[in-house]
Amino acid sequence: MEEKDLDLQTEILVLNFGPQHPSTHGTLRIVMELSGEVAVKATPVIGYLHTGFEKLSEHLDYNQFICVTDRMNYLSPLNNNIGFAIAVEKLLGIEVPKRAQYIRVIMAELSRISDHLLSIGAQALDLGAFTVFLYFYEEREKLYDLFEWATGSRLTTTYTRIGGLMRDLPEGFEDAVKKFCKGLPKVIKEVEILLNRNKIWLGRTRDIGVVSGEDAVNYGLTGPCLRAANVEWDIRKMEPYSSYDEFEFDIPVGENGDVYDRYLVRMEEMRQSMRIIEQAVENLPEGPVDIDNPKVRIPKKDDVYNTMEGMIHHFEIFMKNRGFIPPVGEVYSSTEVPNGELGFFIVSDGGRCPYRVRIRPPSLVNYQVFPMMMEGRMLSDAVAILESLNIIAGELDR
Amino acid sequence: MNKRPEIEEIKARFPESYIRDEEFRGDISIVVRKDRIFDIFKFLKEDENFLYNFLVDVTCVDYLKLNEIERFAVVYHLYSHKNNSRIRIKALVPEKDTVISSVCSLWKGANWMEREVFDLFGIEFTGHPDLRRILTPDDFTGHPLRKDYPLKGRGERENFKVVK
Amino acid sequence: MGIESLLKSNILVTTVDAVVNWGRKYSLWPMPMGTACCAIEFMSTLASRYDMGRFGAERLSFSPRQADLMVVAGRVSIKMMPVVIRIWEEIPEPKWCIAMGACASSGGVFDTYTLVQGIDQFIPVDVYIAGCPPRPEGVLDALVKIQKLVEQDSIKKRK
Repeated sequence: MEEKDLDLQTEILVLNFGPQHPSTHGTLRIVMELSGEVAVKATPVIGYLHTGFEKLSEHLDYNQFICVTDRMNYLSPLNNNIGFAIAVEKLLGIEVPKRAQYIRVIMAELSRISDHLLSIGAQALDLGAFTVFLYFYEEREKLYDLFEWATGSRLTTTYTRIGGLMRDLPEGFEDAVKKFCKGLPKVIKEVEILLNRNKIWLGRTRDIGVVSGEDAVNYGLTGPCLRAANVEWDIRKMEPYSSYDEFEFDIPVGENGDVYDRYLVRMEEMRQSMRIIEQAVENLPEGPVDIDNPKVRIPKKDDVYNTMEGMIHHFEIFMKNRGFIPPVGEVYSSTEVPNGELGFFIVSDGGRCPYRVRIRPPSLVNYQVFPMMMEGRMLSDAVAILESLNIIAGELDR
Repeated sequence: MNKRPEIEEIKARFPESYIRDEEFRGDISIVVRKDRIFDIFKFLKEDENFLYNFLVDVTCVDYLKLNEIERFAVVYHLYSHKNNSRIRIKALVPEKDTVISSVCSLWKGANWMEREVFDLFGIEFTGHPDLRRILTPDDFTGHPLRKDYPLKGRGERENFKVVK
Repeated sequence: MGIESLLKSNILVTTVDAVVNWGRKYSLWPMPMGTACCAIEFMSTLASRYDMGRFGAERLSFSPRQADLMVVAGRVSIKMMPVVIRIWEEIPEPKWCIAMGACASSGGVFDTYTLVQGIDQFIPVDVYIAGCPPRPEGVLDALVKIQKLVEQDSIKKRK
């Protein structure tokens, strides 16, 4: 009996993934064209959280803009604060005292750990491993306790000021940090036992979302996504800022550039961050945390209350429509945040507010790789790939 | 003072494009005309001495309130992995002719950054594979980051359906 | 003598409203419309330290058809507002809405061309939570307030 060839009429199905979807990473939307279970084309649509930070910066003065930078990458707000403060200090041509630099390093690394904990936790949650999310979240709550103790707020910290910090570390903070750094490796080890050689985890993350080193550089990737593709590049080593060249740490590098390597790179980066924190806490120098320039940073409270010049300087910096005056010029300064390279391009016209602030978001540039990674893959890989790139909508859309 | 070799080379190879160069707090920037911008980037990316293989950022500044030769400047930041050096190129774009050639064929990462400049400033990039709005909704009119656009908008944030 | 001695203590006399509301308020199924930083604090409320499961609301529903409480956590831009309105309309009655944080309640820090200055201009909000972001205890307090609202509801009066 002859078998007739059935002429099946197939069509590409267009499926909308988001902007409201179960994956925990916010308002992302992908328009997927599917042929069965395989994605023929995936086009991200962004802009669902566009807030106009760059337009707002032209109306806020330099110290006020720090509170806006918190809301960009809200998993690690301290890194954004530090990045912006360093950019404006480069514009002014000042350098903060050593103690402030070390404290900034401690806070930046604690914040990096917090970001990676949530990134891996959310990745595991979406691939089915709920336990990892809860384990890491408890460690994150301990970090939030530390942040609240030092800065006053759990999430929107606004800790740095131009020329220093909001306030010095409280008594006993260093011991609490050391205690945290003793407890975290055990939890990381537990999660590694759960995930690293787990057949399901390997099946869902190995050889998924591969990007080669050359492609990664051409697309402009930075951060763990670039390092997992076997390119060893980290701004903290190449162009050190804020005394990073005085610390000893390694840069973890992956091999294949797949989702599994990005997960391994983030886990190892947490260990290296703890190494940096321990060194910083051991060698924390004494001294002031603000520079001694009353035209940029307010003088000591003693002087503010008791001398005329102190009070005038205080008002000159903080009153409405006042603020310090930077020179005319343009600077670009970048720091290594957990997602990659966060850059600030500040154009100053000599006024109290910046003329233009451009934020170079690592998430936007990293996300461009997604359509290339998604072609030919199955629908359920979309979640694994999306989570591994760690796209934060606040930074993506600004 | 010794100037960086990139500045000398660009002055020599593209004398009609070069306008001036600036240095401020260790950052080097070269201001050029927009006409041969693709050739300038091709040279910077492929020449063995410079090898600027990493495009860091593409953005734009509206110089309406400052006195600059043209109104807009598309600003490119480049980085060289091999030499660990950074450079900034500013291509001036006049208000009457806001068209410049795209660098997407040199660096794929320029794609969305150029779309953002188009969306927020209104500068068209010839040769871009898919130039349309990216951050604002598709039916948005106007270019928000231009200096003559108000901060609080023109009423877009108020016309939505009221559900009771 | 009489029917009470036959039945002993096995019958509870109440109203349909009371029983239905008691069931509803202790098993609310929230749908998190989480956009920005407040969504992270909402996730903290769900995690083990400030457990929302104590109040019965740990079963998140990402599909609006199965939810009865929408929590708008974070800033809502003009591109996202039609989505929020459409999803609000898809949730079946009875439904409640919490505007979490300063941005959802009133625009917050950002008074710009692209942010809706308060979602209550377009959808009816029952409880507002102040804060930027609010602490998890604030979210739990709002949940308790919603539970009080549910208690006073009636199956007759809702359209």
